[in-house]
Amino acid sequence: MNALITVFRELTGLFVDDGSLALAILAVIIIAALIAAAMPDVQLAAGAVLLFGCLGVLVANVLRAAQR
Amino acid sequence: MTVVLTQFWPAMAAAFLASLVEAVEALTIVLAVATVRGWRPAGLGALAGLALLVLIVVALGPLLDRIPLHLLQLVIGILLLLFGMRWLRKAILRAANIIPLHDETVAFKMGTEELHKQARRHEARLDWLAALASFKAVLLEGLEVVFIVIAIGTGRGLLVPAGAGALAACLLVAGAGLVLHRPLARVPENTLKFTVGVMLSAFGVFWTGEGLGITWPGADSAILAFAALFLAVGLMAIVLARRPSAEMLR
Repeated sequence: MNALITVFRELTGLFVDDGSLALAILAVIIIAALIAAAMPDVQLAAGAVLLFGCLGVLVANVLRAAQR
Repeated sequence: MTVVLTQFWPAMAAAFLASLVEAVEALTIVLAVATVRGWRPAGLGALAGLALLVLIVVALGPLLDRIPLHLLQLVIGILLLLFGMRWLRKAILRAANIIPLHDETVAFKMGTEELHKQARRHEARLDWLAALASFKAVLLEGLEVVFIVIAIGTGRGLLVPAGAGALAACLLVAGAGLVLHRPLARVPENTLKFTVGVMLSAFGVFWTGEGLGITWPGADSAILAFAALFLAVGLMAIVLARRPSAEMLR
């Protein structure tokens, strides 16, 4: 059982290290998905939100970690 | 053909570099086991881990074809973003001296110490425990390699270059381990992780966008532009977050 829990933890750890980064990435994706659904004619708007949102989230997370 | 090539080499390079990092980490633990208990439990554990990995791939691989392409792109894109940006963040923080660098020599020392401790507690079961440590290392690091190959290769018929890149990295590390019999401490792991983080994040944005129905300008070439952006922003983040290293403070 312990081995299974360890494997599960390791698998989750593949994708989530800092919970706030993972949540922020998911939030950006949801916003991009909403924009893509609301404005199907302007797909690039959703694309820009996705790309620059991810870049912004990364920088903000790193700078916050640096200030701790 | 041009379109295919714009993804072929990045896919192979990303899979190769990412697998190199994972294989070095697995090798460190297998070598620690071999040093403490010999090659038999280390080798058997590693082989059992490899066998289970092959079973997982054979069992789950065909299921991927049954998932609608857009859904597959979206799920894999999201997982790639989570995985790639996690690596990129950590590599930036390490390069900026916010967190310590990963050191395979230290990992090797810790692994052998842990096995010595286990030896004092459970002498009779030690070969099993040693083999289990080797098994776990190969299985877990191998799962990361499998995920990377599937994530990069699925959807655009890039499984062959991604798989070839991963296989080449694993063979290279295994060969080096067999020859040297010590951890590969001189591999520039953080630089590799930074590079792979950049590439996986770029693939992640591309696939997630495709999964959401976005048609990227320049089609597949957009991946290269995304990678350049992630690289520039990553380097900028290192400069902005950098703390003086302990050596410089002395």
